[in-house]
Amino acid sequence: MKPGPTTKTVKEIKVDIDKCTGCRACEMACSAYHAQPRYSSINPARSRIRVISDELNDEYVPIRAGDYTPAECNGRHIYTINGKQYSECSFCGASCPSRDYFIEPDSGLPLKCDMCESVPALAEPMCVKVCMTDALTYVEREVVRDEKPQQKRGQIEVGLEALINQYGLEAVIDSLKQMPQAKNH
Amino acid sequence: MRYAEAGFDLEIDLSRGSIEKVATDPDLAEFYLGGQGSAAKLIYERVPPDVDAFSPDNLLIFSTGLLHGTPAPAANRTAVNTISPQTNLMSHSLFGGFFGPELKYAGYDKIVIRGKAPDLVYLYINNDKVEIRDATHLRGKGSTETGDLIKKELNDQKVQVAAIGLAGENRVYMASIEHNHASAARGVGVIMGDKRLKAIAVRGTKDINVANPAGLFEISQELHQKIGGSDGNGDWMAVDEDDSFHHNHFAWGNARTRIKNYWSPELQERWTKLKYDHMDRQTGCYNCPKKCRNVIKWPGRQRFGYKCYGKDTYHMAAFQELDFSYDILGLAQEYGVDSYSTPQVIAFALELLEAGILTDKDFPDMPADSRGRFFYLLEKIVRREGIGDILANSVSQAAKQIGNGAEAYDHNTTKKFEQLPIKLGKVNPAYFLMIATGEKMSITQIEGSFPQDPLPTREEREEFVSKWDAVPDEKFKDYFLNREKRNEISDEATCDIVDWNEAMHYIDDSTGLCGFVSSFRGQFGGGVAYHMNNIPQVISLATGIAMDKEKLWKAFQRIRTLVRAVNVRRGLRRKDERPPEDHWAVRDEEAEQELLSKYYAFKGWNSEGIPTRQTLERLDLGYVADDLEQRGILAAGDNAAGGQAALSQKGEFQ
Repeated sequence: MKPGPTTKTVKEIKVDIDKCTGCRACEMACSAYHAQPRYSSINPARSRIRVISDELNDEYVPIRAGDYTPAECNGRHIYTINGKQYSECSFCGASCPSRDYFIEPDSGLPLKCDMCESVPALAEPMCVKVCMTDALTYVEREVVRDEKPQQKRGQIEVGLEALINQYGLEAVIDSLKQMPQAKNH
Repeated sequence: MRYAEAGFDLEIDLSRGSIEKVATDPDLAEFYLGGQGSAAKLIYERVPPDVDAFSPDNLLIFSTGLLHGTPAPAANRTAVNTISPQTNLMSHSLFGGFFGPELKYAGYDKIVIRGKAPDLVYLYINNDKVEIRDATHLRGKGSTETGDLIKKELNDQKVQVAAIGLAGENRVYMASIEHNHASAARGVGVIMGDKRLKAIAVRGTKDINVANPAGLFEISQELHQKIGGSDGNGDWMAVDEDDSFHHNHFAWGNARTRIKNYWSPELQERWTKLKYDHMDRQTGCYNCPKKCRNVIKWPGRQRFGYKCYGKDTYHMAAFQELDFSYDILGLAQEYGVDSYSTPQVIAFALELLEAGILTDKDFPDMPADSRGRFFYLLEKIVRREGIGDILANSVSQAAKQIGNGAEAYDHNTTKKFEQLPIKLGKVNPAYFLMIATGEKMSITQIEGSFPQDPLPTREEREEFVSKWDAVPDEKFKDYFLNREKRNEISDEATCDIVDWNEAMHYIDDSTGLCGFVSSFRGQFGGGVAYHMNNIPQVISLATGIAMDKEKLWKAFQRIRTLVRAVNVRRGLRRKDERPPEDHWAVRDEEAEQELLSKYYAFKGWNSEGIPTRQTLERLDLGYVADDLEQRGILAAGDNAAGGQAALSQKGEFQ
C-alpha cells in the first residue's frame, strides 16, 4: 500500500455542561445497553459515562470512560471556570486507582467507552440519544491523516524485539543458547 | 430471579443498634406494588393504634417504588411513611431526586427504622456494608450542608444523602427531610429527628434486573421521548413565567385575602429578570428528561431548588414579592421546614398578635416589618424558643395550646393539617370529596387526572377528548363533554372522577413514578406520559407480573383501603372529613353530606367511612376485617354497602 494522506472519521461527543440537568439518564441507558444480555440489567456503576455532580457547587459534568491507568496523577489542576472551581478529575475519563469511576463493581476490571460501536453500530451513542437537553450532542468529523508507512514484520521479530527491549540482547541470546529445545533443532 | 425489586428490606433498630437484611415476600408486589403501598402494610401490621407517634415503636419507612432503578423514566420519587404527631394519622410524604434508585442499586427496597438512638446518628449504606455512625458533629448543621459534610467524610461524592436540619432535630412538626433540592414534607422530618437520625447516606453499585429487558427498554425510550419532547409533562411553571394562576386565585396572609388582579405584565417582567439573574440552572431527577427544579443562588444563602407554587408560599403569606421568597427559601431549606405549612403557621401567629390573642410580650424584640417578622418567627420555630415552641406544633395544635379564641384563627386545616390557601365561591363537588376524604393531606397529592374546569365550548371539549389517551374508561369522556360548569355534575360522575384522581396518585406513590408525568399533570392538557392504559404494561415488562388494568385498579383500591384502615384504627371518622368551613363561600351542608354518603357507599365503606368486611375481603384484606372486628371498630356482619366490584362495573352505582 502506498503511503500518503488518508481520511478517517472521528466520532465526537460534544458536552455542554451548562445544559446538563444532572438527570443521569445517560448512565442508565449506557449501563443497560452494555449489559449482557443487552438491557437485562441496570446499574449506573457499570456505565461508561458518569455525571460528576455537586449540587452545592452547581457542578454537573458528564465524563466518558477513557483508558485505564495503573497509577494516580502526581498532582492535579484546579480550574476556575465562570467563577466556579472544578477539579481536574471532573474532566478526566481515566479509569484510575484514585476513584471508583469506570471500574466494574464486581470484577474490578476497567470500563471504557466504545462509542456504542457494537454490531450493528448505533447511529449515535446511547448516551447522546437519551440526552434531551442537548448537554450531549454527537458529531462525526472527517479528518485527513498523513499516515506513516509501516513495515510489515513477522510475529517472531515482534516477539523478540519485545524481549530484547525488556531484558537486553545479551540475556535473550544467553537464554536461547541454554534452551534444550534450541539445541535439539 | 427477582425482577425490578431488590428483594430485601433493611431493618434498623436505633435503640439496640441492630441492622438486619430481611428477604421480602415476592408475592406481595402484585398486591401492594411497592413504595407507599407496601409501607402501609408494614404500618398496619407493626404499628398498632396505641403506638404514639413519638414512641420508639413508631416506624419510619423509606421506600423505593416498584419501578425505581428500571429504565422506566421519571421513576424516582422516594416515599417516606410514619405516624405523624400532628395528625396522629399515617404520614404521606414523597421526595424526588436520586435517593430511591440509589437505595435499590444498593440492594434494598426499603429502609424500615424503629427505636431511637441515644444521640444523633447517621446511617451509612454502601451495598452490603451498613453502619450506624455518630452524627453529633453534625448537630445544628443545615440539611444540604450535612449532605456535603457526609460526602467529604466518606470521601465519596456519589453517595445520596437525605438529611434533616435544625427543625427536624428539634422535632418541629413542619420539619422536612431534604435531599438534592427535593424535600419530603407532611410529618416525617419530625419523626426522623425524634429517632435522632440526622441523615441517611446511600451508595449502591448492584444490578437491577428486569423481566423483559428489550421490551421494557423500548417502551421506556418511547416514554422518555414523550416526556422530554412534549409540554404535557413536567412542571410548565419552570419555564412559563406567567404565575397569575397562584397569585390571583390563592389567598394571601393566613389564607385570608384574595387579590384577583395582582398579576401584571410589569410584575412578570421584573420577576422574570430577578429569577434569571439568580438562577444557576434547572435540574432534573434521576432518569427524567424534564428540568422542573429551578436552582437559585441568593447572596448569603446556600443554593436551593424549588418547583411550582413552592416559590410563592412565603411571599404570599407575608404580603411580599418574589425576592422575599428567594431570600428565605435558602434558609428554610437548610433548617429543613416544609414551605407549604410553615408560612401559614407564621401568618397565623401574626394574625393572633393583630387580634390581641397573642401580645408583644410573646414576641420579644420582634422587628416591625413583615419580612423581619417572618425571619424572626422562623428562627423561633426551628429552635423551639418562646412562642416558637408552641407554633412548632403546627397551626391546629398551637391554636388549642394558645386557646383564648385562637381556635377561630385555625380556619384552614382539615384533619389538623394545613391545606392549600384557596378560598372560592361555589363548591366544586369533586374537590369537596377530595379535600374531605383525602388521606394524603394536600389536594395536590389527590387531584390531577380529570381537568379542574370545563373547557368553554363543546368543540374545544371534543378536541380535548379526541387526544385523551389517559382515560381509564370512556365514561370520563362523556363526563367531560357534557360538563358546562365546574359545580354542575352528578354525584355519580363526581365519585368516579375522584376515584380516578385518587387511583393515579396511589399507583404513582407505590411505583415511584412522578406526578408531573402521571397523576397530577393530566388535569392540565391531558397529555401525560403514564396512565392506566400503559402503566400495567410497564409493570409487567419490569417485574414479570401479569399486570393488567383491572388488577392495577384493584391494587389501588387495596392500598387506598389499607391506608384508610390504618387511620380508621387510629380514630378517623366521618366527623373529621370536612374541608375548611370557609373553603367555599356558598355551602350546602345537606347536599355535601349526601355526596359524602354516596362516596362512602361507592368505596364500600360504611356510613362512618370504615371499610366493610365485604369490601376488605374482596380486596384480599380479610386480616384487616378480622382486626377491625376484634377491636370493635367494625360490628361483625356489618356489610352495608358492598362497594364497587371492579373497574368495569364502576358505572353501576350502588
